[in-house]
Amino acid sequence: MATVFKKSKMLTDTKFHYCPGCTHGIAHRLVAEALEELGCEGKTIGIAPVGCSVFAYNYFNCDMQQVAHGRAPAAATGAKRVHPDKVVFAYQGDGDLASIGTAEIVHAAARGENITVIFINNAIYGMTGGQMAPTTLLGQKTTTSQYGRTVPLNGNPIKVCEMLSTLDGPSYIARCSLADPASVLKAKKAIIKGFKNQLEGKGFTLIELLSTCPTNMGLTPLAALDYVKNDMSKIFPLGVFKDIDAIK
Amino acid sequence: MKKLMKGNEAIAEAAVRGGCRAFFGYPITPQNEIPEYLSRRMPEVGGVFIQAESEVSAINMVYGAAGAGARAMTSSSSPGISLKQEGISYISGAELPCVIVNIVRAGPGLGGILPAQSDYFQSVKGGGHGDYHMLVFAPESVQEAVDLIYNAFDKADQYRSPVMILGDGMLGQIMEAVEIPPMKDPTTFPKKEWATDGTGVGEGRRIVNSLYIEPDVLEKVNQKLAATYAEMAANETAYEAYKTDDAEVVLTAYGTVARICKSAVNMLRAKGVKAGLLRPITLYPFPSDAIAKVAAEPQVKRFLTVELSMGQMVEDVRLAVNGAKPVDFYGRTGGCVMSPEDVMNVILEKEGK
Ligand SMILES: Cc1ncc(C[n+]2csc(CCOP(=O)(O)OP(=O)(O)O)c2C)c(N)n1
Ligand code: SF4
Repeated sequence: MATVFKKSKMLTDTKFHYCPGCTHGIAHRLVAEALEELGCEGKTIGIAPVGCSVFAYNYFNCDMQQVAHGRAPAAATGAKRVHPDKVVFAYQGDGDLASIGTAEIVHAAARGENITVIFINNAIYGMTGGQMAPTTLLGQKTTTSQYGRTVPLNGNPIKVCEMLSTLDGPSYIARCSLADPASVLKAKKAIIKGFKNQLEGKGFTLIELLSTCPTNMGLTPLAALDYVKNDMSKIFPLGVFKDIDAIK
Repeated sequence: MKKLMKGNEAIAEAAVRGGCRAFFGYPITPQNEIPEYLSRRMPEVGGVFIQAESEVSAINMVYGAAGAGARAMTSSSSPGISLKQEGISYISGAELPCVIVNIVRAGPGLGGILPAQSDYFQSVKGGGHGDYHMLVFAPESVQEAVDLIYNAFDKADQYRSPVMILGDGMLGQIMEAVEIPPMKDPTTFPKKEWATDGTGVGEGRRIVNSLYIEPDVLEKVNQKLAATYAEMAANETAYEAYKTDDAEVVLTAYGTVARICKSAVNMLRAKGVKAGLLRPITLYPFPSDAIAKVAAEPQVKRFLTVELSMGQMVEDVRLAVNGAKPVDFYGRTGGCVMSPEDVMNVILEKEGK
């Protein structure tokens, strides 16, 4: 019988702990497949955040560090600078990257730090139980914006790709979605591009993945995917925001 | 051959000689000469130097680099060290070796830029969250700072723990003649099988982590850390006993203040008061046994702890003396420094002379 699907070598056999319908699992698979396809086995250091993906160190089949909330880009910088020949990636949620860790991500990007950041934007704090995130949409109800997010109270959602692409350091910044199979395939291409740039020494890359948190969005897995497609991607348009190769 | 060097620069050079190849810092007075010196020096030895965006980032860069196996270091002064506390707690939890230099300035808040010893509690009691400690060395001179930091990276590796060098603005800024030891050969350093150098796969992969969600597992981690601290106490506790053999009045002080107290001891002796000084060189582990032993000497009448603070180390001295003799305190703060005469006069008054 022909094998049509095989788990990537860059994933361990440990079962994911993610909720049913959560797209963290898809994101993990894409990162692992990209690393495997680029031959990064035995030459990769991953940095896990604080958030639902805190246990990512159990899932990626490579050396892993688990670091403080928001500090993944700083730890990745330290690891990469002492092992410039290794592939270093940070995997971060929106609270981790776009709230508590804004200084770290902005400056890692500004330095053009030769690392790859996988940014999971699910518009909510998953791990702590559905509080408002910096990327929560206007009107979106969360446990700390119970009447829906409003501009006077909370300001507007932060658009990370748009913001970081104004810097000179990054070599590639793209926003993709995990809401349907075609988008997932595109996301994988973007992740491969990110790691490829790193392998070629081109500097900082970030791939934002619009993701679901059905549990805290209070939606079924399918309805959560629709929310990403119909609501989130209006505020967070998909696309490539920076590509130094395209400019040339 | 001895060389005249500023404290901060001598500390930086001795760190490099001791094997440091990764430095991450953020400017703050009075320690700026350390990052400035290393920005020039690290490229010469193939090391890494980054001026981070904040002390928070700097300590997390240390986490990343130390976790990946490098001899990594950061330096700062009090407000910056406060920001590093989260990272130091994580580093302790993840059992990563590194060196942290605190050239203390007066606080609280933005405080002032002049010397102080008001970060004693923060340094020795675990300034961040959780049950952790680290080796804390308090050099009294530039030479001692050089010798301590030169071996600090070995100690950090041995115990898989952060090591702190606790100086103050005086030590950082003073120029003294120092003997700088030779460059250690990095190829002789012990291999770190646990480090995430990127080569790990499958069974061989390494995880640097401080998360233990199972309570009984986390308790074991805490017990293991406590065992490490007990080992440090057994092997590393260091102090200097200066003219304590026949002393009736015993001063306790650390760092630069201990030098002021040595002068006071000599002045007191010239006036016929048998004074001595017990100077902790390690603040953690604290030389409690040595202090208790002195306190038990029948001729010892009293202790005076002298600090550039409102009284921090004095608490540990009192615990060690355990009521055997009275322990008085004399301190200056805000960047004000006592003179040997000031210390002498406090004793003379207590002695009714
Ligand atoms: C310093 C600190 N503050 C707060 C927390 C609590 N905390 C854990 S995860 C998290 C937010 C996670 O949200 P996000 O980054 O969006 O990731 P997700 O769980 O949605 O994947 C917070 C606030 C913490 N662990 N550390
Ligand atoms: S809480 Fe949300 S983000 Fe976390 S695992 Fe569940 S669905 Fe995923």
